Amino acid sequence: MNKQAQVIVVTSGKGGVGKTTSSAALSTGLALRKHKTVVIDFDVGLRNLDLIMGCERRVVYDFINVINKEATLNQTLIKDKRVEDLFILPASQTRDKDALTKEGVCTIIDELKERFDYIVCDSPAGIESGALMAMYYADHAVIVTNPEVSSVRDSDRILGILASRSRRAELGLDPIKEHLLLTRYSPERVKRGEMLSVKDVEDILSIPLLGVIPESKAVLRASNEGTPVILDERSDAGKAYKDAVARFLGEQIPHRFMQSKNILERLFGAEA
Amino acid sequence: MSLLDFFRPSPSKRNASVAKERLQIIVAHQRGNNRVDYLPLLQRELLEVISKYVKVDKNQVKVALERDGDCSVLELNITLPEAVLKEAEAAQG
Repeated sequence: MNKQAQVIVVTSGKGGVGKTTSSAALSTGLALRKHKTVVIDFDVGLRNLDLIMGCERRVVYDFINVINKEATLNQTLIKDKRVEDLFILPASQTRDKDALTKEGVCTIIDELKERFDYIVCDSPAGIESGALMAMYYADHAVIVTNPEVSSVRDSDRILGILASRSRRAELGLDPIKEHLLLTRYSPERVKRGEMLSVKDVEDILSIPLLGVIPESKAVLRASNEGTPVILDERSDAGKAYKDAVARFLGEQIPHRFMQSKNILERLFGAEA
Repeated sequence: MSLLDFFRPSPSKRNASVAKERLQIIVAHQRGNNRVDYLPLLQRELLEVISKYVKVDKNQVKVALERDGDCSVLELNITLPEAVLKEAEAAQG
């Protein structure tokens, strides 16, 4: 078994904050850094990761098929066409989420650990069974949060659940490593006092900051095309995700995109 | 309203600090209710101690924390296997 294999859950509690966008970007970023990476969609019945990754027409089998032994992992994993070392495990679109069992998920994660360095679990919103399954085997948790009251509150709730209901908590192992990923950040609005700042959110959640992703038109553009936004190297969001991946891998990189742009940067800088 | 007000946000719009205060209260309350992180560990350690003396199944030890106003009750429920009970009865009888 690959000893370094790490399971990362991308979670938030609240929906629509950027979990799938972040799962796609982070997993692509890890693969760009030559780590064998698989990204799993845990949102049974409402799968979307395949769309964001642009492989929706290549889905034949899904996660539940593998759990039920109707297909093998090899038949089910979709190899990314842009990035070497990146694979997608799609969720089932039809079956209900009770089909996800702890034992079934465990078997698949163990099998994936033999082949991959990183297993990224894209959690569904909420705190129901799908979300609990996505986090159960995690070593790391990326908490995707918007600078907005309901998102921050839900993130805090999720932190409580990670600390009590994950496998690591139940077995009394070292706790899951938590990482804050602040998305849809608008430095201009923070400057005007209209939006919670990075520091405000850090003060409230008190977990280490992995990255700040600025509000960016590139995110919608990327999802329109089915390309993870991290591959849009000119965009602020793409750069911010790249930085976040580097930090995850242990590099010390100063945070960018936290200050509002001056007029010159707005005129001549890269597109948001 | 002066012309400058068009360019400067009114104080009521600069309300991120209100959001922060509200969140701090909510989160403190939420954590107060939910910080039972030690329960799984407590359960595991209790199980270790108990299994030194009696052979019990992992699922037969239940730990629960209940709150009622200012009062918290830690409930511990251990089901001993029948063989142990019979042994104990035999030892007494």
